[in-house]
Amino acid sequence: MSAVIDPGHVGHGHAGHDHHHGPAKGLMRWVLTTNHKDIGTMYLWFSFAMFLLGGSMAMVIRAELFQPGLQIVQPEFFNQMTTMHGLIMVFGAVMPAFVGLANWMIPLMIGAPDMALPRMNNFSFWLLPAAFGLLVSTLFMEGGGPNFGWTFYAPLSTTYGPESTTFFIFAVHLMGISSIMGAINVVATILNLRAPGMTLMKMPLFVWTWLITGFLLIAVMPVLAGCVTMMLMDIHFGTSFFSAAGGGDPVLFQHVFWFFGHPEVYIMILPAFGAVSAIIPAFARKPLFGYTSMVYATAAIAFLSFVVWAHHMFTVGIPLTGQLFFMYATMLIAVPTGVKVFNWASTMWRGSMTFETPMLFSVAFVILFTIGGFSGLMLAIAPADFQYHDTYFVVAHFHYVLVPGAIFGIFASAYYWLPKWTGHMYDETLGKLHFWMSFVGMNLAFFPMHFVGLAGMPRRIPDYNMMFANFNMVSSIGAFMFGATQLLFLFIVIKCIRGGKPAPAKPWDGAEGLEWSVPSPAPYHTFSTPPEVK
Amino acid sequence: MGLLLWLVFSSAHASWGVNMTPGATEVSRSVFDLHMTIFWICVVIGVIVFGAMFWSMLVHRRSVGQKPAHFHESTTVEILWTVVPLLILIVMAIPATKVLIDIYDTSESELDIQITGYQWKWHYKYLGEDVEFFSNMSTPRSQIENRSAKGEHYLLEVDEPMVVPVGTKVRFLITSADVIHSWWVPALAVKKDAIPGFINESWTRIEEPGIYRGQCTELCGKDHGFMPVVVEAKSKEDYADWLAERKQLAAAEKELTSKEWTMDELMVRGEKAYVTACAACHMPGGEGLPPMFPALKGSAIAVGPAKGHIDIVVNGKPGTSMAAFGKQLSEVDIAAIITYERNAWGNAVGDMVTPKDILAFKQAQE
Repeated sequence: MSAVIDPGHVGHGHAGHDHHHGPAKGLMRWVLTTNHKDIGTMYLWFSFAMFLLGGSMAMVIRAELFQPGLQIVQPEFFNQMTTMHGLIMVFGAVMPAFVGLANWMIPLMIGAPDMALPRMNNFSFWLLPAAFGLLVSTLFMEGGGPNFGWTFYAPLSTTYGPESTTFFIFAVHLMGISSIMGAINVVATILNLRAPGMTLMKMPLFVWTWLITGFLLIAVMPVLAGCVTMMLMDIHFGTSFFSAAGGGDPVLFQHVFWFFGHPEVYIMILPAFGAVSAIIPAFARKPLFGYTSMVYATAAIAFLSFVVWAHHMFTVGIPLTGQLFFMYATMLIAVPTGVKVFNWASTMWRGSMTFETPMLFSVAFVILFTIGGFSGLMLAIAPADFQYHDTYFVVAHFHYVLVPGAIFGIFASAYYWLPKWTGHMYDETLGKLHFWMSFVGMNLAFFPMHFVGLAGMPRRIPDYNMMFANFNMVSSIGAFMFGATQLLFLFIVIKCIRGGKPAPAKPWDGAEGLEWSVPSPAPYHTFSTPPEVK
Repeated sequence: MGLLLWLVFSSAHASWGVNMTPGATEVSRSVFDLHMTIFWICVVIGVIVFGAMFWSMLVHRRSVGQKPAHFHESTTVEILWTVVPLLILIVMAIPATKVLIDIYDTSESELDIQITGYQWKWHYKYLGEDVEFFSNMSTPRSQIENRSAKGEHYLLEVDEPMVVPVGTKVRFLITSADVIHSWWVPALAVKKDAIPGFINESWTRIEEPGIYRGQCTELCGKDHGFMPVVVEAKSKEDYADWLAERKQLAAAEKELTSKEWTMDELMVRGEKAYVTACAACHMPGGEGLPPMFPALKGSAIAVGPAKGHIDIVVNGKPGTSMAAFGKQLSEVDIAAIITYERNAWGNAVGDMVTPKDILAFKQAQE
């Protein structure tokens, strides 16, 4: 190993040497980089590109659903759009965005010089463009891309799947390897590279939530890999894991998938919990209320996420006792989640609040995520779920937890730390405009989905009866507004990188944490000498 | 834009309804009550939490000169807001458990109907009554493609609805012949997945005669959105008449197998049967959707020896979407479809496959 180490990097630990060199020049800087900030930047740009790609697919879906009847696309292609939209948003936009934030911020927050495993860090990023290149290329293959929903239930995805399914499986494997390596890296960094005095219970909540997310990823991504491997075997090697005709069990697929899938939804939200727990205190100028209970609540949510998976399967015909167990366990999740919401509200209470863009996104996060939590509680009630299951009510629910949850959490984080990343303040007026347009667009797009779902509109259909027409049109208008607004975000970020008011080391007067003790923009190498945490 | 909005929003069938309906059975009403109970509990919690947050956001701002407090911990309130929600959840779980136990009680049914999901239609079999039929969506392509005005029950109408008597406990035995489907009628609060290799049970007891509409709710491929469920509840007498009529029809259908068919008769019947059973995949013009659904126009099988053609229709092709139609369709329909496929869209084999040929083929297999 030592023979291939770049000599320029050997001297890292030696104080005084590392300030003299910055990044390498040219394209190869990005290909070969092992620097956590470079890799974090690449993750964030990649995820934003995927966000726009997955978003444009959502625009196709909403355009088709603008009116009853088939206008723009045929059902086969519509199904490919819903499938790819889900896969790209989950695996391409939200997860890499959080890994990007982890890369940038965790070393800065715990006073580490870099991630613990920098070369693996590089590899786990560069697997992603390969994985998504492969996944997106299936759209151009004969027979089309995956068309069986992001949950790819067998046997629709095995016996009845398009020929490109094999490529889809390989792409999922690559994403899984990337996520597992990223998670191992985060866990190893947090457990090993904390500055002296940074005990576990002093860590910022973003670090805590990522530590727990890391363990969730390590636990469930191999389950997903097993699931798609069984599919591969069924398709090509004559096994019958999921084929009833060969003695297999299609329901087994759903158990395996959701054993991965439910923790996965917490993987997409826990880091946002952490970021918001940093931002709300900063703009309320008041310490986070109930730090310890926040940590325990996060751990409790993570634990419960492993024992609730069958609430996605209330209609498959599991026995009554199983149904009751999963109903009660699911309802229990409301308790730690409630604790978090109450803590955030108490943090705001009697603070001295200002509402810059990160705070706006964070407050919207708390309120709208809670609305998603309410519909989640309704969905947990098994008999009522028989009416909600696989309708637009579910679509409304998970978009309320994922858009104002994960996505608003990411926007809040981006605005909060952009001054640290770029050395410039972003344009506050445009940032607020971005927030308000996203807020209105998002609610217009997703709130009416509750109504059409309750009225009886199933999800994943390209056409519908006229009784659903009004609210679908409202939804589409909201979705177009939300989608177009994200181009404004791109403009704001580029403008901020290119110039703007220089940012001081700590641009937010109420902010806490080691990341604000280094200059803005953060130098290429930070904390080569660990800081002392008291 | 404004005109467009006005046109759509003022159209006769459009609706601004925002809630679930109580439905037509005791179970659906108790589910509706549960739904409303949870909803109002959520509203109350929401008003309290959001109210506090908005109050705080209005009053505790720096711009009004508010100085930050420094409290950041209180074990008492943490315990309080852990225990109180827990108690609320227990209160919610009790009625939910009761309703669930009721829904799971499929015993003492008076009528059993086996529901089988196919891509993309439902098959209903009245167990012990010798009555079975397919239920296909009857909305014409022209409405879907916006070439003609859409009817009131656009996409929610079928050629043969399931017919059940009122005031009778009907048990559904739900399964699938290909992928997973889900049989849902909102007014009955019955939603159950149709899974190949499994038989799921559910039940209903409808009180009032009427027509209740629903849809498939599990993504099942291309025409998932075009697979409605329609249940017609009739009075017990009307149901008995209907059943007798269906039985006669079934007997008449059987006799058709031995009838001498002419080419023209087979072609006419074949076109009709092709459109309901085959056109979803192989398309009305026989061009298919390759590679998933091959073209029949000019295909080696459709213009090759009749035996191979009969074989693939009767037995299907394992490992693909091509189902075995031998048990799904009558000999007459299979013969008519094959004859039609061999002589339509420029396929001009000129031969005729009769219902007797199909029967002979099936018997030879056994």
